[in-house]
Amino acid sequence: MPHTPPAVDDILTALVERFGPVESSVYRGQTRVVIAAEPAFEAFSLLHSRGFDLLVDVSCVDYLEYKGAKQRYGLVYLLANTATNQRLTVRVFVDDPEPAVPSVVPLWEGANWLEREVWDLFGIRFEGHPDLRRLVMPEEFTAHPLRKDYPLQGRGERHNFPVITRDHS
Amino acid sequence: MSIAPAEFDATSRDAAARDEDYLWTLNFGPQHPATHTTLRLVLKLEGERVVDAMPEMGYLHSGFEKIGEHLTFNQYVTVTDRMNYISPIANNVAWHHAVEALLGLELTPRCKYIRTIVAELARISDHLLSNGAVGLDTGAFTFFLYAFYQREVIYDIFETLCGARFTNSYTRVGGVSQDFTPLVIEKIRTFVKTFPKTLDDMERLLTRNRIFVDRTKGVGVLTKDEAINRSASGPVARASGVTRDLRKDEPYLAYGDLDFKIACASAGDCYARYLVRMQEMRESLKIVAQALEHLPSGPVNVGSDQRTALPTKQQVYSSIEGTISHFELSMANRGFEVPFEESYAAIEAPNGELGFYIVGDGDDTAYRARCRPPSVLHFALFPFLIRGHTLSDVVAVLGSLNIIAAELDR
Repeated sequence: MPHTPPAVDDILTALVERFGPVESSVYRGQTRVVIAAEPAFEAFSLLHSRGFDLLVDVSCVDYLEYKGAKQRYGLVYLLANTATNQRLTVRVFVDDPEPAVPSVVPLWEGANWLEREVWDLFGIRFEGHPDLRRLVMPEEFTAHPLRKDYPLQGRGERHNFPVITRDHS
Repeated sequence: MSIAPAEFDATSRDAAARDEDYLWTLNFGPQHPATHTTLRLVLKLEGERVVDAMPEMGYLHSGFEKIGEHLTFNQYVTVTDRMNYISPIANNVAWHHAVEALLGLELTPRCKYIRTIVAELARISDHLLSNGAVGLDTGAFTFFLYAFYQREVIYDIFETLCGARFTNSYTRVGGVSQDFTPLVIEKIRTFVKTFPKTLDDMERLLTRNRIFVDRTKGVGVLTKDEAINRSASGPVARASGVTRDLRKDEPYLAYGDLDFKIACASAGDCYARYLVRMQEMRESLKIVAQALEHLPSGPVNVGSDQRTALPTKQQVYSSIEGTISHFELSMANRGFEVPFEESYAAIEAPNGELGFYIVGDGDDTAYRARCRPPSVLHFALFPFLIRGHTLSDVVAVLGSLNIIAAELDR
């Protein structure tokens, strides 16, 4: 059984004081809170100032075919406090069309490439990101392949790529 | 006759544009021996000094996370082998650690110790290669061969253990594919006995070697605050004074029972990262030795009532639970049940925090299998570390970050 990180009750209280009731749950010792997309940056600033100095990961889940899901995209921010070893999972849900959330790069520089990857594979815009380019897929690519409506075997995008000859390289 | 660049065409262009005349762009990679893997850097140089670097990745992107949504938890372990292929068994351990966290499975004590031992052997093998490659890139070829020979010994141990040298796919949900045999234990014992001598030789070769020290000390300095803010982990963060190590901070497997230290340095340069890796190999060896001496007896996989690990042949033929469990696990439309939940679990992989965020949707295939790869965050550090250094430092910094493109791109 994995180690259970220290409780984060004080942080939850601080979030409730500032933003009203927040949805939170615990699974296998991991605390998750759901934050709305509008005040997300403020909430992250609060968490950052309360000691969550390490952004472990930013990723996303496409809940298109998921049972009981209300909104399509659920962003996952894994935060950690390097002094107390507390961990907190923050969820921000957004929906089609044009899903967008504020970027957290001003708080954690490490978010830069992680957010680029989420933009690349899920097509979620991070507003205020300094350099929101694709990370793993080529620039000419038009789709966002980790979305659930993108097939596993691809659509045969190869013909969309320009052929570069030796003279034009 | 030479024309001073300042006089040349001075009337038609402003000062900023003239400054640009001194800059030139160098394309480094994607196929270059010093990148070791397929990644690309576009370097903006002023003479030999790097003004800026633009890393580019994605050349090895093969959609591992997408594949993870279509393979079962036991099948996907073969894909995790191909992420950080320098220490594949550590990825196996990380993947099934995350799966078991989602399922809430408690491993048997023997399995915990076995996984600890193989993960630490993987760490030694990873650090041997990454330090060896730093040596190789800065001109110490002999050092690299010393390191690579010992990697072969570890490959031999893994081959005896599970039949595969490189892509081991060793773990299973709730257990491992093969139990330790006396021969494996003997081979690991021999390795524990003989390896410190090589480690001493390696330290004598390089640690105080003037050329190596000159090329790595003070190069690519990462401060503690920057390391945390830029999400560095593993040896890269620990060389900058971050004392975070999941083996101590969030003890998993058998690490809570074992006595070992965390190697840290405060300089944050390439040399500190080299030293941290060297020291970590010694600590890993201590862990392996202790875990081997205290290896618990008993079954290696969880019981057949858990319905996750394949039962032994004896259980299949002599008990009804074993037969049912074997049937359920072998049929394509059965498998085990997974809660509609999601969780994140990470281990301290050789390169840093390697975690998986898994979303379960009822069956034994993940709805989403996000991998948190340490290499991506370390490669993002690169432009920050290299600015102001010379072109020859590029390989030293790149090597000390130990970027594995297969893990980078997934």
